[in-house]
Amino acid sequence: MSVRLAITALAIGLALVFPFIAPNDYYLSVMALVYVNALAALGLNLTAGYTGQLNLAHGGFVAIGAYTVGLLTVDYGTPFWIAFALSGVVAAGLGFFVGLLSLRLKGHYFAIFTLCVGSVITLLIEKWDSLTHGVVGVIGIPAPPGLGPIRFDTSIGQYYLVLAFLLLGLFVMRRIVDSLVGRTFVAIRNSEDLAEALGIDLMRNKILAFVISTFYAGVSGALYAGYVRFLGPDIAGVSRTFDLLSASVLGGLGTLTGPVVGTIIVAWLTQYLQFLQDYRMVVFGPLLILALILFPRGIVGSLELWAARRKAMAEPRAPQAAPLAGASENA
Amino acid sequence: MVIFFQQVLNGLTVGSVYALVALGLTLVYGILHVPNFSHGALYMIGAYAAFFAVNSLGANYWLAMLAAAAVAAIMGVVSERLVFARLKDAPPMHDMIAAIALLLFFEAAVQAYWGAEFHRLAPPFPQIVRAFSLTAPAQRLLIIAAAFGLMLALHLFLNRTWIGSTIIATAQNRQGAALVGIDPAFVSTLTFAISGAIAGVAAVLFAPINLISPTMGDLVITKAFVIIILGGMGSVGGAILGGLIIGFAESFGAFYISTDYKDIIAFALLILILSLRPQGLFPQGAR
Repeated sequence: MSVRLAITALAIGLALVFPFIAPNDYYLSVMALVYVNALAALGLNLTAGYTGQLNLAHGGFVAIGAYTVGLLTVDYGTPFWIAFALSGVVAAGLGFFVGLLSLRLKGHYFAIFTLCVGSVITLLIEKWDSLTHGVVGVIGIPAPPGLGPIRFDTSIGQYYLVLAFLLLGLFVMRRIVDSLVGRTFVAIRNSEDLAEALGIDLMRNKILAFVISTFYAGVSGALYAGYVRFLGPDIAGVSRTFDLLSASVLGGLGTLTGPVVGTIIVAWLTQYLQFLQDYRMVVFGPLLILALILFPRGIVGSLELWAARRKAMAEPRAPQAAPLAGASENA
Repeated sequence: MVIFFQQVLNGLTVGSVYALVALGLTLVYGILHVPNFSHGALYMIGAYAAFFAVNSLGANYWLAMLAAAAVAAIMGVVSERLVFARLKDAPPMHDMIAAIALLLFFEAAVQAYWGAEFHRLAPPFPQIVRAFSLTAPAQRLLIIAAAFGLMLALHLFLNRTWIGSTIIATAQNRQGAALVGIDPAFVSTLTFAISGAIAGVAAVLFAPINLISPTMGDLVITKAFVIIILGGMGSVGGAILGGLIIGFAESFGAFYISTDYKDIIAFALLILILSLRPQGLFPQGAR
């Protein structure tokens, strides 16, 4: 446990001093966008990783959060922070209705249904010109205004703003997955029939996971809007959902920090592979498939398994220890 | 009357192309229980293979169609052998993620070679056919005839030949099929080859009245999923019927409601139907 605490402290410390060791603002903006995406990936991981429901419309909910901020501030003159506060609520509210419809479907049907929901969101953003500015996009979104003495219109200020939200998101996510509710989600992922037999209300819990997940997506979108300050319909596309998903798989689906680790790695890989530009999927696609075949648990998942095995080896063997360890391995 | 006939013709054309794509998808789903998101990429690869055969090798339309079928079939087999066969025992979500990865990989690879811009495949039959007071472009009639011919051939293959019935047997019961000596690995590969070939042919049929681009498969595949959910996952007849339903809904919707929103109609229909009947229209294939 102390090792974990040390790693956590080290990671947060590094993130805090990063602006002072980064060679220039470019690196700062790369990391800030990583944190924004990681926040969305955290939400995706709650449904896909912990609850076992692959939501392919997640990018659409990020877009809904982003457009909430973009349209309210640009077209309706709403103060940024009010629009910001609404973004998560709007995304989660729509998420509630989408969840109500879609979560009655199981497994593949759910994934395909949400894929269609994602297509509908993208097409609506593209075609509903009068509301969304269509393919032209939303231009001139204001930067987050300062709160008291703290200012967010500098790159360092923006960096700390998104970092703060990511850390808050991680903290809340940890409280969720460690709670009884989080364990209920995992029970649903492992076996819906078994969970139902234990008296778990599947629908209620799945919707809860979905709503929390879309709330994360909405807030991430709002941060994106305030950071990039330009929005186009492509941010709702399935390839963005897939970016979040592949980062989570690489880091470890169903682990707390996996999505964050994955997003950081993918972002830096992208930086090194920048010469590939639009073709990075030529490299990333096969890479991800290899990772799926060779390390299905992802980086954090594999490390956790390794640590758990070491711990089990080191402990004096209790009589019932062996069968328990075997059982958890099969899960 | 003439306008109505025009919409029926459009619906039949688009619907039979959708049905062909959905057929391959439903076959693969029946065998492997994988929603193969990369199926849309096979469709797109077929179109590019034909484009390459016509423009760079000087092949005629029919040879190009053959090349498209072959290339798409090979790509299907390669993705089955290299990816899906190896993920057989992985959690179901991993299959789906790998399928999306394949889709994006194929799209990026094609874009790297041919660029993101749209291409055209010259229509081999630019004539207009006249009968009574109605007119129809020959290409549309060809699409409809070829699509239904292909469906009939597939039906005969699956039900009347020995090798086709191994596919049906494996879809019904994988273990049972293995017990009577059917090699499930071979059947999987064969199914991917057939579904790829059909997708390739569908793309070449549709390409002369449409445009070719790396992402041309995205909307088609999403609609094909809508179709096989409507028709029951794994059901061949359902895929054909569902394809025609979506085709007609789109062509009439585009005319009577709005061209802008015609692509949403299929999804709206799916959302409506699944909201009322979560088991689909024909729940025989539902799990």
